[in-house]
Amino acid sequence: MPITVGLLLALSFIVSLIALAFLIWAIANRQMAFDQAQAETIFVPGEQGHPDDATAAPEALEARAHHYDPVRAGIDAVSARPVLVLLASAIFWLVLGSLFGLTASLKLHWPDWLDGSPALTFGRVRTLHLNMVAYGWTSLAGLAVVMWVAPRIFHTALRNPRLPVIGAVLWNLALVMAAFAMASGWNDGEEWLEIPWQIDMLLAAAGSLFVIPLIRTAIARNVHHIYVSGWYWMAALCWFPVLFVVANVPLFYSGAQEATVNWWFAHNVLGLWLTPLGVGAGYYFIPKIIGKPIYSYSLSLLGFWGLALFYSQVGIHHLIGGPVPTWVVTLSIVHSVMMFVPVIAVAINQHVTVGRNLWALKESVALRFISLGAVCYTLASFQGSIEALRSVNTVTHFTQYTVGHAHLGAYAFLSFTLFGAIYHMMPRITGRAWPWPKMIPLHFWLVVIGFAIYFVALSIGGILQGLAMLDATRPFSDSVILLKPYLESRSLGGGLMTLGHLLFAAHFTAMLIARRPAGTMEGPRETRPAVAA
Amino acid sequence: MNRIAPLSILALGILAFATLLLVIVPGIQINTEPPTPGLKPYTAQQLRGRQVYIANGCVYCHSQQPRSADQAPDDIRGWGRAAVASDYVFDRPHLLGTMRTGPDLLNIGARLPSREWQLTHLYQPRAISDWSIMPAYPFLFEVKDKAAPGDVVVSVPKEYAPRHGVVVAKPAALDLVAYLQSLDRTMPVPAKAIRDDGYDNDGVGK
Repeated sequence: MPITVGLLLALSFIVSLIALAFLIWAIANRQMAFDQAQAETIFVPGEQGHPDDATAAPEALEARAHHYDPVRAGIDAVSARPVLVLLASAIFWLVLGSLFGLTASLKLHWPDWLDGSPALTFGRVRTLHLNMVAYGWTSLAGLAVVMWVAPRIFHTALRNPRLPVIGAVLWNLALVMAAFAMASGWNDGEEWLEIPWQIDMLLAAAGSLFVIPLIRTAIARNVHHIYVSGWYWMAALCWFPVLFVVANVPLFYSGAQEATVNWWFAHNVLGLWLTPLGVGAGYYFIPKIIGKPIYSYSLSLLGFWGLALFYSQVGIHHLIGGPVPTWVVTLSIVHSVMMFVPVIAVAINQHVTVGRNLWALKESVALRFISLGAVCYTLASFQGSIEALRSVNTVTHFTQYTVGHAHLGAYAFLSFTLFGAIYHMMPRITGRAWPWPKMIPLHFWLVVIGFAIYFVALSIGGILQGLAMLDATRPFSDSVILLKPYLESRSLGGGLMTLGHLLFAAHFTAMLIARRPAGTMEGPRETRPAVAA
Repeated sequence: MNRIAPLSILALGILAFATLLLVIVPGIQINTEPPTPGLKPYTAQQLRGRQVYIANGCVYCHSQQPRSADQAPDDIRGWGRAAVASDYVFDRPHLLGTMRTGPDLLNIGARLPSREWQLTHLYQPRAISDWSIMPAYPFLFEVKDKAAPGDVVVSVPKEYAPRHGVVVAKPAALDLVAYLQSLDRTMPVPAKAIRDDGYDNDGVGK
């Protein structure tokens, strides 16, 4: 394929030149001037060195009448309503999505359970689970974090705070319609793109209502520097609408080409949408809760651009050994391995910051969730890079191992991070402590132990399944029969996780309906950053 | 980074580049190939059956992309030769799949062509393989006291049969089986047909 290879080389040469020119321009214009002091953008003067733990035991806080952050109360008050709407609906989808996930898991070892209704057949229940947790739980909870933290790092209140409320309502409406469509058998037939494209258009419109307030708030910011979390989130909110609309153009793609579009989208949804939401959250909450800035701020630049460059091209590793051109598969494998670079950059930054302040883990359950999430991001990414190697992929592709990997990323990384973020945000938003503080560690241990069982079972089971399928002397049935105990263990783990989610949802509801305090805390709608950067 | 516009432009530029390499260029390359010789478009009934396959999420357990003999024993298992891009020109949407909880189905029409076998298996997979974890699809069938003329009666072992009456396939079941029977990519393909050749043992320098 001389033309293709030549074209490819020419392309990457031109792109490198453009990138280089851009870099020179950016440095010349001080667009990328960078120093460690800018990591302190998240603080207000005098705040550094003081841990900020919203989940601290109530007796320690009894002296205070409220849990508001007094300095930022004016900013938080504006974003409170959209954030609460987003969180309440996200947690609704978490619970419903988990119940569907658990049902799908049970059906794999009780195949004759609930087989009378087409809406409850495995293929539909599994699809409902994925779409509810991906587009309902993680996306909405991630957007809630963005809408709450972004104004804080920009040191000014959220602009157009009604738009995200409308956006959340429309988004949820689209998801309800999508759930009924998929339960009744109407779907677009591709993984991660099951939601009928007609409904997708509503989702895309709803999504744009989050972009406008974020950009307007960024423009109105009361600090020169944009903190690293802001890069991730602004980029994610640029990427996702493009991805979503391009991948959902109806009647345009077909056959093997459509498969490349499918996996270009499906992996970018993880890499360029869900991952930036979670990594950005880690970059804010870890230093904020500890009260000390991130370890190496310039390293975060490498992490961000590395993610953009490499992650955007890894998708075709889902088609290794498949009916698509060799070069595009190889390209994705190379970029999958290159993902080590940005992941190590993020890992050094986040883990060293936590590692130097281990005392804080004992104090704050929220930090425990978030830093464990950050560790799982590192692990999931390393695992993903290794899984993309041809020799490893031959064994693990088409097996339950991949399902375990997907949950290490979407659950242990992203969901743990979001749990911690919500535990930290809610007292600040409502001015109240969590009503049953002992239930927070219970939630933590239920989901951690549940997930550990889930992951170990599917990883071992998946490898054995893959090896059995590669052994021509063993019948295919071997790969099914050997999997049974591992599928049962997965249901046990998934059951514990679901139980944790039910506790979490109950706790969240109790906090929402608890008696309102005398009045909401008012304050200035701008804060002063700790650095004059 | 202190500016919003350069950040957004660069971020979108990188995505555009990835789209060019992962979507546009492979798309152009794949679309230059004619359909595999002998490959026929789906009939109306097969397309209806394909929709039943999609509606019930068969793709989540069954791939449709046999791997090459140099990578895996797919061909020895009867799943067929390595699939190439031109095998899928009539597939909208594609159903390549990413899981093999069950076997690959790209050549199921050649491997198990019997309509009776497929109908019984869809009604109750464990009537055929006691180890199977595939869901049963009783809602694609109905139980009647007596078969009417033109009804397709499904043979079900006593253990799984209803107490009274006979099991009759609904049109959706017949469509689905027609689609499964159409899955046959056993026709030969040119050696240079597009696919991932990264595992080829003989392909040093190819």
